Amino acid sequence: MKGQIPPRRHILTLLVENQVGVLARIAGLIAAKGYNIDSVSVGETMDASVSRITLVVHGDDWVMEQVVKQLNRLIEVIKVVDLTEEEFIEREMILVRVNADPPNRAEILRIADIFRAKVVDLTHRTYTLEATGDEDKIHALLELLRPFGIKELVRTGLIAIGRASKTPSTKLERVAGGDGEEGAKKSPAVAT
Amino acid sequence: MKITGAEILLKSLVEEGVTTIFGHPGGVILHGTDPASDHPIKYILCRHEQVATHAAEGYYKATGRTGTVMVSSGSGVTNCVTALTDALVDSMAIVVLTGQLPAVMGWDAAQEVDTVGTARGCTKHCFMAFTTEEIPRIIKEAYFIARSGRPGPVLVDLPQAVMTGCVAYTGHPKSVAIRGYNPQMTGHPGQIKRAAELIAQARRPVIYGGGGIIHADASEELHELVEITQIPTTLTLMGLGALPTSHPLWLGMLGMHGLYWANRCLIDADLIVAIGSRFDDRVTGKACDFGRQCKIIHVDIDPTSIQKHVKVDVPIVGDVRCVLRELNKELRKVKRNWARDFDEWYGQIEVWKKQHPLRYEQQQGVIKPQYAIDMILRLTEEYDPIIATGVGQHQVWAAQFYRGRKPRRWLTSGGLGTMGYGFPAALGAQAAFPNGLVLNIDGDGGIQVSLSELSTLVDYKLPVKTFVINNKCLGMVRQWHQRVSAHHPLPTGPVHQPDFVKLAEAYGAVGIRIERPEEVKAGIEKAINTPGPVVVDVVVEREENCLPTIPAGAAITDIVRAPAPTPDKSSQTWH
Repeated sequence: MKGQIPPRRHILTLLVENQVGVLARIAGLIAAKGYNIDSVSVGETMDASVSRITLVVHGDDWVMEQVVKQLNRLIEVIKVVDLTEEEFIEREMILVRVNADPPNRAEILRIADIFRAKVVDLTHRTYTLEATGDEDKIHALLELLRPFGIKELVRTGLIAIGRASKTPSTKLERVAGGDGEEGAKKSPAVAT
Repeated sequence: MKITGAEILLKSLVEEGVTTIFGHPGGVILHGTDPASDHPIKYILCRHEQVATHAAEGYYKATGRTGTVMVSSGSGVTNCVTALTDALVDSMAIVVLTGQLPAVMGWDAAQEVDTVGTARGCTKHCFMAFTTEEIPRIIKEAYFIARSGRPGPVLVDLPQAVMTGCVAYTGHPKSVAIRGYNPQMTGHPGQIKRAAELIAQARRPVIYGGGGIIHADASEELHELVEITQIPTTLTLMGLGALPTSHPLWLGMLGMHGLYWANRCLIDADLIVAIGSRFDDRVTGKACDFGRQCKIIHVDIDPTSIQKHVKVDVPIVGDVRCVLRELNKELRKVKRNWARDFDEWYGQIEVWKKQHPLRYEQQQGVIKPQYAIDMILRLTEEYDPIIATGVGQHQVWAAQFYRGRKPRRWLTSGGLGTMGYGFPAALGAQAAFPNGLVLNIDGDGGIQVSLSELSTLVDYKLPVKTFVINNKCLGMVRQWHQRVSAHHPLPTGPVHQPDFVKLAEAYGAVGIRIERPEEVKAGIEKAINTPGPVVVDVVVEREENCLPTIPAGAAITDIVRAPAPTPDKSSQTWH
């Protein structure tokens, strides 16, 4: 049965209790079961007792069914949604320090401009850029910067939000409005 | 009035209906184990924390009530790890209360370990109390989580500062609300209908039940299902007792060392009805070859058990008892002469039974282990005993020849295969039923893993009757080794062995030795009729193997059967 459907990227969004040790429990489960995790990002929601974890996992449908069930089984996990089957918006932020010798500066700034990246720090020999985007955009930017020499790269890991009502939102987030369901319906697709 | 955290803890335990605690005291849990406290809970002092935790497993399995353990910090906690893992894989509802150093963590103080970190991988859930006020809520949640859904072990870490802190006790919470935990009890009605339709059309169905039936107290419902549909039924090692072994449709145990015809039924069936079982590798063999020819219905309360190894046609997530009640309702509506329709199928099973019966040959001279175990089970059947086992050959034979009428009478370590399980499990069951007959069928290897508990049995006057099936080696390992290599010396014995009779006497128990076949019956009867704890050293044939067997990693079609019977009058054959 296993391996009939080729593995692909899945973005899971989890609502969990905002308590000591929850991340350790999730990391422990993932390690124990041998799942392949690309990135994890964690943050509080509008309800301070709830955190949201965005997990990027590679696996075929058989593996993913188990991953979702196993995560759901954890007492502190309130909800798990696999966004991959839905329409969603994904973003990652990077900070990248790239060699910027005088002859290359104009070219690097042009690339940054095209990718809507910002220069957040500079020295005589380097630029530090801040960029956000989906996986493809970040990948393309890094490929274009690579020839100049990337000195350091820091990534936040992917975060994602479903369009309309696809992500589980906490009550408090809905009450707070603006970023809730109504807001999401109105917002147009953001160009990258 | 303000009272200490330890007093609040004991009040909470009483509220949860706890009457017995198994444990081992130590520095930072002294407040909890303080015998001066005025409370109606019996504290059983075991000699090792692993054993105390296994005893709680035995207590739970025999009674259906959550077992409770109280131990100290550090090695007290790490000693529990094996038993917690055992309880996790075999779904045993226990709550382990552990002492912890005063509130500050991470100082590497004496007997400090990261208890919750250690327990994460081997518990269903674990808590740490940060304040005295939250003790009642945590205890309420711990017992709720342990016993509901798929049962499992829960650990509560109690720092000394929390136990000694004084606050006003405001009573025990009436209800529990955990937003991330809500076990699905009722099965999906549409899926139950689909299952009933499949069962109504089947020509060669088999019911494959597991420990989940016992945990859900659904034996009656299973019995009813079998009565309605007349489907032959096999149970896993963990499920034994869910159907009386005297039932005409009882096939015996299946799996790696299961009966030939029980396993054949799974290969040849056109429908497998899996109930509270998890398609463990010891049942399916190579999972990719399993159930290809047939439809599968799978009822389980744990969604992760479904579609883990084997693709299922009708998955039903829910409490086995709730689901079976609904399923039985649907099946009662079916107009079908079930028994007549299955005539051909019954006939086929009879042929398999005759071809490859479960058999052993007891000749003059040396006692065959199967004979000893078979006799123990036969001679005690009328007392409805609770039977605990260790792990190894004796466990397999006891399961193969098992005779029982009721659930919660069979205690064994299945998923983890923990040697040394038998003694403490029997101890826990006997503590719950002081007047019942509790047997421990153990090996000469396994009994030495937890022999120290003989002291506990004597201390608390718990009259467990232990039968050491003594083949002077680690029999199951020897058997496996024999398959791997016929040439190299075995690392499994013979080893130096203590005199089990003298040992029993040294501990203050009664020791009996049985060495010849003709002594077996009288020896067993003497053991049963002797008051107090008894150890019977049954010296048996060393080279006997457990058959049939499915080699590890092979498909169940690769079953290795017993050699053809030799014409001998003393040979015994059981169906």
